Amino acid sequence: MSQSVFAPWDDPNEKPLIRFQNVTKRFGEFVAIDDLTLDIYAQEFFALLGPSGCGKTTMMRMLAGFESVTEGKIELAGQDIGPVPPNERAVNMMFQSYALFPHLSVWENIAFGLKRDRKSKAEIEARVDEMLKLVRLEKFARRKPHQISGGQRQRVALARSLAKAPKLLLLDEPLGALDKKLRQDTQFELMDIQETTGTTFVIVTHDQEEAMTVASRVAVMDEGRIIQVATPAAIYEYPNSVYVADFIGDVNIIEAEARPSGEDEYSLNWIEGQAPIKATSQKTFSDGQKVHLAIRPEKIRISTEKPDDADNAMQGKVLDIAYLGNLSTYHVELPTGQIIKAQTANTRRIARRDITWEDPVWISWSATAGVLLEH
Amino acid sequence: MMRRAALIAVPYLWLLVLFLAPFLIVLKISLSDAALAIPPYTPTLKDGIGALISELDFENFVFLTEDDLYWKAYLSSLRIALISTFLTLLVGYPIAYGMAKAPEEWRPTLMMLVILPFWTSFLIRVYSWMGILSNEGLLNQLLTWLGLINEPLTILNTNTAVYIGIVYTYLPFMILPIYAALDRMDSSLNEAAEDLGCSKMQAFWLVTIPLSKNGIIAGSFLVFIPALGEFVIPSLLGGSGTLMIGKVLWEEFFNNRDWPVASAVAVILLLILVIPIVLFQRNQQKQQEAEQ
Repeated sequence: MSQSVFAPWDDPNEKPLIRFQNVTKRFGEFVAIDDLTLDIYAQEFFALLGPSGCGKTTMMRMLAGFESVTEGKIELAGQDIGPVPPNERAVNMMFQSYALFPHLSVWENIAFGLKRDRKSKAEIEARVDEMLKLVRLEKFARRKPHQISGGQRQRVALARSLAKAPKLLLLDEPLGALDKKLRQDTQFELMDIQETTGTTFVIVTHDQEEAMTVASRVAVMDEGRIIQVATPAAIYEYPNSVYVADFIGDVNIIEAEARPSGEDEYSLNWIEGQAPIKATSQKTFSDGQKVHLAIRPEKIRISTEKPDDADNAMQGKVLDIAYLGNLSTYHVELPTGQIIKAQTANTRRIARRDITWEDPVWISWSATAGVLLEH
Repeated sequence: MMRRAALIAVPYLWLLVLFLAPFLIVLKISLSDAALAIPPYTPTLKDGIGALISELDFENFVFLTEDDLYWKAYLSSLRIALISTFLTLLVGYPIAYGMAKAPEEWRPTLMMLVILPFWTSFLIRVYSWMGILSNEGLLNQLLTWLGLINEPLTILNTNTAVYIGIVYTYLPFMILPIYAALDRMDSSLNEAAEDLGCSKMQAFWLVTIPLSKNGIIAGSFLVFIPALGEFVIPSLLGGSGTLMIGKVLWEEFFNNRDWPVASAVAVILLLILVIPIVLFQRNQQKQQEAEQ
């Protein structure tokens, strides 16, 4: 039995949980969100990714009800949530600062939302215990927030926002305050919890690695607009613009003039004195159109000998090596002055590395390695 | 080590000379007998140490319990101090809240306005309240002019005037600690409360008030402690019916020239004040520990 892939966004019969319909948000003269339309489906782990000031936090605050919509509307499960105040929305939020109530214990923090619903004492106790178990904090129930570690506080905040079993959970930079190691562990924990509870998560982050790890789909934002919405793999492999390619991961951008040379094949004239680059593209470009070729450093091979079978190969000199432990990034300078980054996995010990500074090397890549983007 | 000891010695020496020594003198006088002499009590150091100690007794304290004027004055002072502390809180909290929620660039100005009255003499400000509250005063003129009243209201020389005076005078002491507590508060806490199902009002009661509790306690003590022994405001704004221990003490001292009884009144007042002062200190200490 083949497992069906979770991709409700490809199913035309699926009803989205959240619909942004031509939403614009202005603060005075400043346009924070610019005519934005977006669908998010139930049980998605949706990431809003972008630099600070791109409007991602504003979108989240509009979903939570802390900001009103200037134009357009936001629907949650088919209902316009514009007039619904934050305390009546089936939406909960985990704050960047966690916003744990310092005067209440861990237990009381988690019970806070349940008590507002006038649930019975037994119900509240059962639910809080369930939440404590979910985030593995049973032993810390009686502690105050200042008596536990940062990672534990993060989990209390998560438990508190999940306690009311919201239709939608908003996470504002949930892992921003944790150190790198803890952040990675917590990412997987978040994914587990999202799967266990079946809640729709919308996460706001500026950390592209985090978005790629946890999300089912990522929306890359810039200046109040969504530039691209796609799965992490599609965003990485098929960025739709130089902005996205550059924002997610490391990339070489080569400006060139496209010349069709076959079906979906192009020959790119990019600089005087270098052979044209061969590249394929599903998108069509006219003869002589200015394009960008975006190519990831790890898709470029580096070798001391001229490779025989490569579509594109050129010679250069190693200018710099960034040693990252598991990977090394070589900055190779071409005779024409361009610098191309090539990345290899360090399968050998560094002492046995056969390429070093100032070495003449060959870099090569296949025609399908890069993505052609409009200028 | 020596340097540290010397450094610590300075404030202790200060307290010893300016607080403990005068207190011991007052305590000693309270145990003496009134006399027609200069100073108006016996025994003094002139009588020799032995006589000095053997002649001291608690007569004046016993006297305080016999005349109901004194304990009535203490009780009345406590009542006035409590009520005016509560009124100051009612007036001060919204002001502090408004300041904390005001735009950043406004806050220094608002803070300045709260502190501004301290720049003029306290006495002059109390006198000007007499001008406002008297029968022909500004307030009555305004109310008559507006047509709200036909007869002038009698406010001056009543307890109402005393409350107004105390609330006015000590308001900054209430506002500043509450403002400090509210200013420190993370505004996302209120949003979190709303997000979890609180109305704005509920969020205020369940989050804002508990988190400004220390400011409220500190402010209340800072008002209550001086208000309890207040003398200037009841004597200038209060009437003959306003019974406050500070006034009794003054009359005992200057009108009756009974220094020993006046001293006994002062010692009891101090003992009553020690309780809220200790509580206040404990509150401050607890707050500091919580912040560490």
